[in-house]
Amino acid sequence: MQSALSLRLAQRIGPLPLKLAGAAALAVLLAMPALHLWTDPASSLHVSAYTLTLVGKILCYAIVALAMDLVWGYTGLLSLGHGLFFALGGYGMGMYLMRAIGHDGNYQSDLPDFMVFLDWKTLPWFWQGSEHLAWALCLAVGVPGLLALVFGWLAFRSRIKGVYFSIMTQALTYAAMLLFFRNETGFGGNNGFTDFKRILGYGIAEPATRATLFLLTVLLLVAALAAGFWLVHSKFGRILTAIRDAESRLMFCGYNPLYYKLFIWVASAMLCGLAGALYVPQVGIINPGEMSPANSIEIAIWVAVGGRGSLIGPVLGAGFINAAKSWFTVAFPEYWLFFLGGLFIATTLFLPRGLLGLLRRHKENA
Amino acid sequence: MQLFKPLLLLLLLYSGLVAASPLAELAHADPADRAGLITQWTVQADGPRRQAVAALEEGRLFSSTDGNHVLLQGADGKLSDVDSGQPVAGDAASLDALPVNNSVRSALEAFHAASDLADPERSKRLSAIQALQDSANPGLLPLLLARQPQEPDAQVKQALLVASARLQLASPDATQRLSAIHTLADSADPATQTLLAPLADSASESDARVRAAAAQALLDLKNSQWRYNMLGYAFSGISLGSVLLLAALGLAITYGLLGVINMAHGEMLMIGAYASYVVQNLFRSWWPGAFDAYLLAALPVAFIVTFVIGMALERLIIRHLYGRPLETLLATWGISLMLIQAVRMLFGAQNVEVANPSWLSGGWVITPALTLPYNRLAIIAFVAGVLLLTWLVLNKTRLGLFVRAVTQNRRMADSVGVPTGKVDMLAFGLGSGIAGLGGVALSQIGNVGPELGQGYIVDSFMVVVLGGVGQLAGTVTGAMGLGIVNKILEPSLGAVLGKILILGFIILFIQKRPQGLFALKGRVLD
Repeated sequence: MQSALSLRLAQRIGPLPLKLAGAAALAVLLAMPALHLWTDPASSLHVSAYTLTLVGKILCYAIVALAMDLVWGYTGLLSLGHGLFFALGGYGMGMYLMRAIGHDGNYQSDLPDFMVFLDWKTLPWFWQGSEHLAWALCLAVGVPGLLALVFGWLAFRSRIKGVYFSIMTQALTYAAMLLFFRNETGFGGNNGFTDFKRILGYGIAEPATRATLFLLTVLLLVAALAAGFWLVHSKFGRILTAIRDAESRLMFCGYNPLYYKLFIWVASAMLCGLAGALYVPQVGIINPGEMSPANSIEIAIWVAVGGRGSLIGPVLGAGFINAAKSWFTVAFPEYWLFFLGGLFIATTLFLPRGLLGLLRRHKENA
Repeated sequence: MQLFKPLLLLLLLYSGLVAASPLAELAHADPADRAGLITQWTVQADGPRRQAVAALEEGRLFSSTDGNHVLLQGADGKLSDVDSGQPVAGDAASLDALPVNNSVRSALEAFHAASDLADPERSKRLSAIQALQDSANPGLLPLLLARQPQEPDAQVKQALLVASARLQLASPDATQRLSAIHTLADSADPATQTLLAPLADSASESDARVRAAAAQALLDLKNSQWRYNMLGYAFSGISLGSVLLLAALGLAITYGLLGVINMAHGEMLMIGAYASYVVQNLFRSWWPGAFDAYLLAALPVAFIVTFVIGMALERLIIRHLYGRPLETLLATWGISLMLIQAVRMLFGAQNVEVANPSWLSGGWVITPALTLPYNRLAIIAFVAGVLLLTWLVLNKTRLGLFVRAVTQNRRMADSVGVPTGKVDMLAFGLGSGIAGLGGVALSQIGNVGPELGQGYIVDSFMVVVLGGVGQLAGTVTGAMGLGIVNKILEPSLGAVLGKILILGFIILFIQKRPQGLFALKGRVLD
């Protein structure tokens, strides 16, 4: 047993070249903010604000993909609503950023502009305290966590799984999207939140702010990878895998899958919320479109393309697809959906273990 | 009798005088009384009176420069004095025409409506009654009452009754007001509420009996309005439910059979709608005479196209993902993305216009408060037909037998020689074909665009979740239930909150019945 575990460990971390590649990638990521801040804009080493934002955005997506992998790749629950948790985290952060605009909005009011536009006189109760970043972060993590807890408890208790579970999560994010599209809900309706000015007193578009947010995102991703690594290789993680592969047998062995599923589901949602909270200040906008079912299902394909059931795979998948997306939508905007759709089909048909599986097979053959 | 003789003589003399020249009477009437005079004439219109009214209306009556005479402009443009009939020299352009103010104008309208009351054309009679009713002039009442016994058409007669009752509401006679209230209460027209309200009020109505009757009538009206509203909600609920049913029927079949959710199912609806668009255009350019029949031609076209696409999908993709339902979900989503983009590139990203054939426009007016549009009615009937056909296919054909067998126990069916692969393919084609038919129906009630199917995915999944799989009854109940509850919640909560409430309800519902309303009993465990 012990040897099998160490063997698995070695397999998971991968051979030396993979380790080196990982270290190199991390070094590049850590160097990027420094290159943005301290190099001459004309030099070839300079990292532009656009690139930094784009990579920061993709890193946030990678965190979401990692969170998705924990529930889908390891526990076998395909969520088609993870975009909802991500967007809720983003809205939590967005509330703080809207309040931080202060009097610099178009209407020079204490209230966010969209509320002035709706002719509201006071802040709604759920906006109370959102002027503090700490509380906003609590909301960004706590609200997705609470929603996941309630929904997960109801769903797992009645042992909803497989396709049914996926459909219910999709309906959940769809309903939330409709709700957030309404102006009366109190989150800016269609337009969501945008035109942020500052965070903790620092200008949101300043290079130093960008670099800090980028670094935080890298750190969160690394921390999430480390925590995920520890989790899936613990005894707990093995039970998660058992739930994925043979839930009934696990139950016959005397385990109750409910709390295992619930824990990983809520943790995943909270991680998504955190990623959303880092995403919004970097991208500068959050709107209900983030909750559309199409967005959530795209997260699943990042994971599938990268390789389910491995921690580094989803990160690669999110990076690969989003980089392809930013290139495609500029170069051939009409063909992006064909490419994405083809990727969905090709991955599921030919690459059940994703790109990482391809690498491993190659290694095994060699 | 003797006593009355002089009086009678006087009366005769007077009426003779008037009859001699209605024109003069109208011309010399005080401007404020003119409307009243016309109303008086409306009840007993004759030739000279009509001519006099026409002269006033057409602006051929002028006051002379000294103001003592009124001049009539004849057909030849010459002026003559209305009293003497003598020609008068002068130019009409330099004179002021007798004014036609608003009250005179509405009196004129009623005057014309009165002559239309006996028109042979039914719609003309109806609009004449409407005009008289709108004039709100109690003086016209005898006209309406006189027409009632002669009216052959029942509906027009009812309109006459209502119109006269409305005028009688202002009658000084309490019994007349009472009977008018009763007539109006029976009419169930929501517009009469505002008319009855003052009669129930002690400030404007002195007779207690009338007040009580009016209050009762208002209550009845409110009740009947509530009933009709509920009927209206139920109808739009059934209509929404039947649309959902068309979308969910094929989904339920393929889910029951293969255990996979086809995320590209919504796109089959979209392709069906585009098929009817293409057929419509072909008819428009090649066979415009039979344009109204295009919809009937679109049905088989849409079915065949989506049937073939569905079979191809099953053969090429879904078959290879057998046993991996979650991957199938993603692969079919990829298919739906590609289909959407393909349609966008072929037909453009904008919505295309699909016209209703003439026999589907308009509606069936049940009462003034409730109109059922023909296209909705046709869809309900169509869904019933599709449902019947599906039931026949599933229960009376060999294919249906196989489908049911594979749904219940795939391996056992395989063992006894059911060609499961072929059954999968045909059933997938059938499910897609039904969605294609649904697309034709949807093209008649909504926008047709590349994203048409996306709006129905979540709702039709909810139908499947609610109804369970493997039995048509479950899908029908799920669809109708969702549709009706949706429409009942909509007016009070708004569409979005209603939807969210329904979702919450479904999540709670599957706590109790995880397999849906109509679960197939089985002993299979993974």
